Amino acid sequence: MSKQVKIISARCGNIRPDSIEDYVNAGGYTSLEKALKMNSADIIEEVKKSNLMGRGGAAYPTGKKWEQLFRIKNDPKYIVCNADEGEPGTFKDQLLLNQDPFEVIEGMTIAGFVFNSHDGYIYIRGEYGVSQKIMKNAVETAKRTGYLGNNILGTNFSYDIHVVSGAGAYVCGENSALLNSIEGKPGRPRIKPPHLAEFGLFLKPTLVNNVESYACIPYIVENGGDKFSKLGTESSGGTKLVCTSGNVNNKDVFEVPFGITLRELIYDKEFGNGIPNGRKLKMVHIGGQSGSCFPEELLDTKLCYKELKSKGLSVGSGALVVIDDSHCIIDYLLCVSEFFIQESCGKCTPCREGNQQIHALLSKFADGTAVNEDLNTMMRLSKLMKTGSFCGLGQTATAALDSCLKYFRNEFEEHMDKKCRAGVCDFKGGVK
Amino acid sequence: MPNLHELEYVNDIIKKYNQSPKELIAILLEVQEASGKNYVSEECADIIAKELNIPVSVVFDDLTFYAMFSTKPRGKYVIELCKSAACYVNDSKKVVKLFEEALGIKMGQTTEDGLFTLQYTECIGACKVSPAMKIGDRVYGNLDKQKIDDILNSYREGLICQNK
Repeated sequence: MSKQVKIISARCGNIRPDSIEDYVNAGGYTSLEKALKMNSADIIEEVKKSNLMGRGGAAYPTGKKWEQLFRIKNDPKYIVCNADEGEPGTFKDQLLLNQDPFEVIEGMTIAGFVFNSHDGYIYIRGEYGVSQKIMKNAVETAKRTGYLGNNILGTNFSYDIHVVSGAGAYVCGENSALLNSIEGKPGRPRIKPPHLAEFGLFLKPTLVNNVESYACIPYIVENGGDKFSKLGTESSGGTKLVCTSGNVNNKDVFEVPFGITLRELIYDKEFGNGIPNGRKLKMVHIGGQSGSCFPEELLDTKLCYKELKSKGLSVGSGALVVIDDSHCIIDYLLCVSEFFIQESCGKCTPCREGNQQIHALLSKFADGTAVNEDLNTMMRLSKLMKTGSFCGLGQTATAALDSCLKYFRNEFEEHMDKKCRAGVCDFKGGVK
Repeated sequence: MPNLHELEYVNDIIKKYNQSPKELIAILLEVQEASGKNYVSEECADIIAKELNIPVSVVFDDLTFYAMFSTKPRGKYVIELCKSAACYVNDSKKVVKLFEEALGIKMGQTTEDGLFTLQYTECIGACKVSPAMKIGDRVYGNLDKQKIDDILNSYREGLICQNK
């Protein structure tokens, strides 16, 4: 029996993504019809009951976010969908955008109705040109058929969705940076407070949710929050899209119930199906580049916000990058560090300079010139970045380093003795 | 310096977006694509600043902040290799070498005929087929020597004539 529970990805691959008829025939838009007959407070109550935790990575309770915006009385309000899926190893939002775009549109439309908003924005990263085209096409189709635009389904509710392109900046996944980018500016994050619910897009009250979060809304409205909640665990209702990638036989997106173990996700035939080329697992990098790495010993941990947190891990974006034993810890961390140097927006010093310094110190380990004091310096820098950085990017940039120092400290020490167990570092100037 | 008549397309794009400063990123993306050399020139930036009634420094703020923009001419086709974690552990370093050999240029350079530029990109969400790369909106995965040669030849022979 399949361990997958397909709630939000059920239609993916089974309908033509550009056909609204297919979507409606497969049960689409019944939730919007139902929602249009409900009042906003009742819909928010269902979202609260659903125990849906924001699927972008921060896992903030979606119902709470909606309630906070609902209490704010200013007009107009904007609905924004964060489709800036930039976490390396994450391609779950792409699946929904490309294969079931109307589900995302329906979720955003219900949100628009709840807050009496007239404008929704979906910000899709520039690297996803294909997804942008599919989404633009779907929005036009929905307008033509009365599911978007003026007087939706014959009601007084009018709502439009604008598809906006990013231009290559990981930091735009941060919600306030994303709003700046929609406004045509560089995507540097804003200081908070004020919160986006009060002063968001064009300084108006704004709701920002992830693609996967919006995709959950039609199910919640149709089946009730309780039913959605029961699919998950105490710490989160519903299902989760996870992505396996890296050194794993089956690289793909899977919709799974919370509570499944990480071992199942990596080794089960239905999911990752193990490590190729007869290699052994070294570690898994979970939740994106800003997440932690963990070794084999933690594989029986369950996919659950609470249980992962107790082990210092987080679901994050749902990425599981599997790394086999042919790789060197230092070499991998250099790759992570280069990523953050490239993606740091440069606004605050701890992130801009900290990532550079971390890279320089890691290079000493790759060279075989590192000394014990360098380990302490890295830990001190990491703490400084975590506490002193302006936004989540800098605050989490050293999560992978911290976890590797915790679980693979002996490999750092081996490098001080010019020994690289994977044979990747040649100690004549770094990595081969 | 190109004459202003040659840059008429820039004005058309600006008009399409109602001369709205909040559409600056969309305008720059389109101007870059229409340039044929995948870049936004100083002349274009000047026109955009004037038409949107914003300082040219604001235009360059976006141009230099976002990774997808270039202020220097690039090849007709920009080959963007992913070096993010998922591709990295699937030997994207080797793919870089294969491209450098096949094109006779180094990472970041453009071929003499102006056809290809080789550069890195952020993760393109093609982890399912890593190591991966993209040219325009087209994504290519599971790259090896044979596949790379085939892809390059298809562009050289003009079998794929558009980025989209």
